[in-house]
Amino acid sequence: MNAFLATVRRDLLLALRRKSEVLTAVFFFVIVTSLFPLGIGPEPVLLKKIAPGILWVAALLATLLGLPRLFAADHVDGTLEQMALSPSSLGLLVAGKILAHWLLCGLPLVLLAPVLGLQFDLDASALGILTLALLLGTPLLSLIGAIGAALTLGVRGGGVLLALLVLPLYIPALIFGAGAVEAHIAGLGAGGHLSLLAAMLALAVFFAPWATTAALRIALE
Amino acid sequence: MKQSIIQWFKFGSPQAFYPLAGRMIPWFWAAAAAFGIAGLWISFFVAPTDAQQGEGYRIIFVHVPASWMSMFIYLVMAFWAGLGLALNTRLSGMMAQSLAPTGALMAALSLWTGALWGKPMWGAWWVWDARLTSELILFFLYLGFMALQAAIDDPRRADKAGAILALVGVVNIPIIYFSVKWWNTLHQGSTINLTKAPSMAHTMLWGMLLMALCFWMYSIAVALTRVRAIILERERHTDWVKHAVE
Amino acid sequence: MLNVSGLACSRGERRLFSDVGFSLAAGEWLHVQGENGSGKTSLMRLLVGLSPADAGEIRWCNEPTPSTEFRRDLIYLGHHAAVKEDLTPLENLQLAAALDGVALDERASLAALIRLGLRGREELPVRVLSAGQKRRVLLARLLTRPAVLWVLDEAFNALDVAAVKLLGELIAEHLSAGGMAILTSHQPLPVPGGKALVL
Repeated sequence: MNAFLATVRRDLLLALRRKSEVLTAVFFFVIVTSLFPLGIGPEPVLLKKIAPGILWVAALLATLLGLPRLFAADHVDGTLEQMALSPSSLGLLVAGKILAHWLLCGLPLVLLAPVLGLQFDLDASALGILTLALLLGTPLLSLIGAIGAALTLGVRGGGVLLALLVLPLYIPALIFGAGAVEAHIAGLGAGGHLSLLAAMLALAVFFAPWATTAALRIALE
Repeated sequence: MKQSIIQWFKFGSPQAFYPLAGRMIPWFWAAAAAFGIAGLWISFFVAPTDAQQGEGYRIIFVHVPASWMSMFIYLVMAFWAGLGLALNTRLSGMMAQSLAPTGALMAALSLWTGALWGKPMWGAWWVWDARLTSELILFFLYLGFMALQAAIDDPRRADKAGAILALVGVVNIPIIYFSVKWWNTLHQGSTINLTKAPSMAHTMLWGMLLMALCFWMYSIAVALTRVRAIILERERHTDWVKHAVE
Repeated sequence: MLNVSGLACSRGERRLFSDVGFSLAAGEWLHVQGENGSGKTSLMRLLVGLSPADAGEIRWCNEPTPSTEFRRDLIYLGHHAAVKEDLTPLENLQLAAALDGVALDERASLAALIRLGLRGREELPVRVLSAGQKRRVLLARLLTRPAVLWVLDEAFNALDVAAVKLLGELIAEHLSAGGMAILTSHQPLPVPGGKALVL
């Protein structure tokens, strides 16, 4: 467990020394969501209707932006090799890296989403549901994305390939995440969507670090 | 019992499997042709014209078997992939690799025929129907699998990475399918369902079944042909391949 | 006690080596020799368990590897710098120990860095150090991470005369304390004794 926390601390410390990389994903999220009203027109009814989808798709893409870096730097400088040979379980270290990725790339999106939701005329309760859905959904995106990042590690054209592998797997998160907000606005209640998101998150917490570890060991061969 | 296990392991080696596959391929082609002729004959001449949908509905005789196959092939692919990871057999990875293009073809065929069917029925080439949408995602999963394998140079590494992706995909397929279905009902999508064509006659069921068998046989024949090519390519430096090619 | 037998490895279609076997007991070291491309690095990666062997067996204390016990007893330094450029040498040592689950106080890390001639550089980011100094940061792990088996791949590269001598001393100390080492190098090594394995 100490090794898990040490990995989180290490990756946060590294990100702190390279702030620009973290901020890129956040700015990307802000810019993409702000582009939609410019492209579609400022009609409040329409914007309110498409807001959950736009915010979720933007969150998806912003998470994707940070994924190639998840293991690449450690792979290039050889520290990933050292992790694979560490007496601590690699799965634990990988889980730590995924948590750090979420804290750096996912959590800022969750915190920013209510502010961006205001641009789309969402009311307070819808903003609450949006934040809650993202809080459950963004860790799921980090977990699934880590598998893709490990599989494409050191592979030609890894970044584009990563998007091709990971985006189809993100679809359930997108459907239930955006669906929760839409259902709430439609007065249907978001409970079902949110519990399904939570169930998928539980499943991913269990399986994703394991699959990621297996993929990393293959990449290191 | 023991004898049969040894037999299985014997055919697990590419060298032993290569001639066996070669002997099996013509039979599967013949079966595919026979089932295909029978299936097409029923679907074009025996099955009655549908009262509501006219002659256009006959495309389901291709659409439905293609959809079935596209899903089933992914399962078989994941099975081989899992076997390859667990037992570290070389042939398993080659089987998974050889199945992927056929699976992708089936998914593409299902999408295409779905679009052709949709135009007269719904008045649009594409409708965000739950079945079509999941088929599209399945198609993306196949493309991802093939792209990942193509991007990795070392075939053994490509097999293992592909295997993990296939297993992750197979866990996700039901989740994706149900999420898309949920999404579709929430948004009040189309109520016409391809497989629940009104008044599904006995003959129609037979036609579909025969066509499905034809697709099965075709897929097996093509996958075996492809796996033979992969075996030759990967083992080209061994003596038996040089001998076999001569 | 390390026992290796019948090890074989190929890259692509090319067979690099086959039927490699040796054993190491406490206080012994192995010098792996061979020309460029003969598979020295592949052998090292195979020994530590990073890549699987085509055939053969590696046993550590009569148990098959890789096991957690083996990883606890092993330290492997390869071609890579394996240090984070944005962190200081001190942070690098401390975090590497924390990831390995090894307790390491700051005084011990500082002592190790000073022994490797990095006095006054503990708080600089590794990025500004020279290649040889980066290598010394990595080598400091030999002092801060207790391990029985040292597997060092081309560890003498990029080191100046003083550092080569120092590393030789470290290895000799390690061996006399009952440790084992496997080294690759093209040059003659400043460590006495040792078995030789030519690929």
